[in-house]
Amino acid sequence: MPSPALSAEPRSQVDDPSSLVARFGAHEPLVMDAGVPLGPWQIAYQTYGRLNAEKSNAVLICHALTGDQHAANVSPVTGKPGWWSTMVGPGKPVDTDRFFVICTNVIGGCMGTTGPASTDPATGQPYTLDFPVVTIRDMVRSQAALLDRLGIGSLFCVIGGSMGGMQVLQWAASYPDRVFSALPIAAAARHSAQNIAFHEVGRQAIMADPDWRRGRYLIEGTRPSKGLAVARMGAHITYLSEQALHRKFGRNFQDRSAPTFSFDADFQIESYLRYQGLSFVERFDANSYLYVTRAMDYFDLAAEHDGILAKAFKGSATRFCVISFTSDWLFPTSDSRAIVHALNAAAASVGFVEVESDKGHDAFLLEEPAMFAAAQGFIDAAARVRGIA
Amino acid sequence: MTAALDRAPPTAQPPTRLDFLLVADMVAPGSRVLDVGSGDGSLLALLRDRRGVDGRGIELSREGVNQCLAKGLPVIQGDADTDLADYPDDAFDYVILSQTIQATRQPKVVLEQLLRIGRRAIVSFPNFGHWRVRVDVGLKGRMPVTDNLPYSWYDTPNIHFCTIRDFVELCRVVGAQMEKAVALDAGGQPIRVALPWWVWNLLGDQGVFLLKRR
Repeated sequence: MPSPALSAEPRSQVDDPSSLVARFGAHEPLVMDAGVPLGPWQIAYQTYGRLNAEKSNAVLICHALTGDQHAANVSPVTGKPGWWSTMVGPGKPVDTDRFFVICTNVIGGCMGTTGPASTDPATGQPYTLDFPVVTIRDMVRSQAALLDRLGIGSLFCVIGGSMGGMQVLQWAASYPDRVFSALPIAAAARHSAQNIAFHEVGRQAIMADPDWRRGRYLIEGTRPSKGLAVARMGAHITYLSEQALHRKFGRNFQDRSAPTFSFDADFQIESYLRYQGLSFVERFDANSYLYVTRAMDYFDLAAEHDGILAKAFKGSATRFCVISFTSDWLFPTSDSRAIVHALNAAAASVGFVEVESDKGHDAFLLEEPAMFAAAQGFIDAAARVRGIA
Repeated sequence: MTAALDRAPPTAQPPTRLDFLLVADMVAPGSRVLDVGSGDGSLLALLRDRRGVDGRGIELSREGVNQCLAKGLPVIQGDADTDLADYPDDAFDYVILSQTIQATRQPKVVLEQLLRIGRRAIVSFPNFGHWRVRVDVGLKGRMPVTDNLPYSWYDTPNIHFCTIRDFVELCRVVGAQMEKAVALDAGGQPIRVALPWWVWNLLGDQGVFLLKRR
């Protein structure tokens, strides 16, 4: 008996998410970098706090590869706290008592913004691989369309980590007049060859699963969970660091005192990765994983500016603060420094902090007081200049 | 001091360091400034609030950078020895190196970078030719530990001390033109009398130089 490609709860989020959603008709298509107009389409989002009378206190949170719009509320799918509830909330660095915070699901995602699992109105079936390939710029365009719909001209701050940081940079480059301040964390202005390589391994794992069915698993009633789980396991290693793995797991055995001389999950790290893979397939669509990783691979902000990153920020009045982590080898400090150099060359206003952490790339999602301190100082100072109470 | 600096803002801040006021006095209002070694951002904040300067900074310590960010100052975590090379030519009207050159690994290279990045450079440093330093080294036979140089030789970040005369010589070597040179006494007051170099070198607790590419 074939199981559905997503378990029931996330599958139900695809077309009718448990969040706000803005729907755009066929007459207002999203023009995508792939050269295809997408319409009708929709964007799912959450908001926290209140927009002030001047509409000057809107903050956009951009999520990473497998995130969603539920940044600061309990996830309707997993029942866990929002993925950035350490950063966003009352009294937090992104203070929802002061700011009107918006977080959207990215285009190509599977939590209510149109993506490959969404129903294609032309066929009544999921788009699957007929969905156009998305880019970071498409994600940002869709967010800009939402802001237009909400009547918000300029954002006080755009904030995000990893792929969210890519969106922050794209926002600053595409809509400099709409971004008062920008906070890209653990990000890069282009995806490195090494990172493209890791993504390709993940995609191949999915596509090698016989239940992927050339992407048509939703229609054929199968579920490429093994491939997607392996993709997640591989990717998860890149989010951690050697030190963090050693600290958490070392060479400890899982529920046993000696090797079993088999291919069971003898080691705690194996058991942990298997769990990560299994829980991921419960909440994420395999084709979305292909599309969103591809969007990151294609990201090279300098490419649309004659290969010179500084040109992307020329004349920018946006206040930038760039944050990286010492043990992040996926988006290393050198990537953040390249952003800072370009901003300096463009005479932009930029602060930069490298936070000492052994938690690897995932540090931006975790309890990192030094990151909170830097972000809070930057945001509060920018709010003073913007005149936000 | 100029009239602009006499209009102090009515805030209950700790008293502003006199050498900062002197540096600020050398900076034309509204200019673009890079402060290398920004510390907690006091000088940059002073330049912004009193001179309307569009300032940027580089600071080695994360604590310092965080203090700067909280003041709304765009300061990046970085190292004068390695990161100045990344700035384009003539990016700033002034590049300031305040009490930092003695802690760099390559003072000559750093000074050349300052003059490349900025149309002008302002450099202040503790004068190792001050008479009390000479007494410590020359008569007591000990490395000096003073209020302004509070470190012991084994834990000091200051690895390249120089005297005012040494610095004047370095300016000549790198082809920097001295537009202004001031020696401050131990209280941070300028030594106002027009005196020959050797007297400055003896009495000056620190030197402050406004330099221009020749």
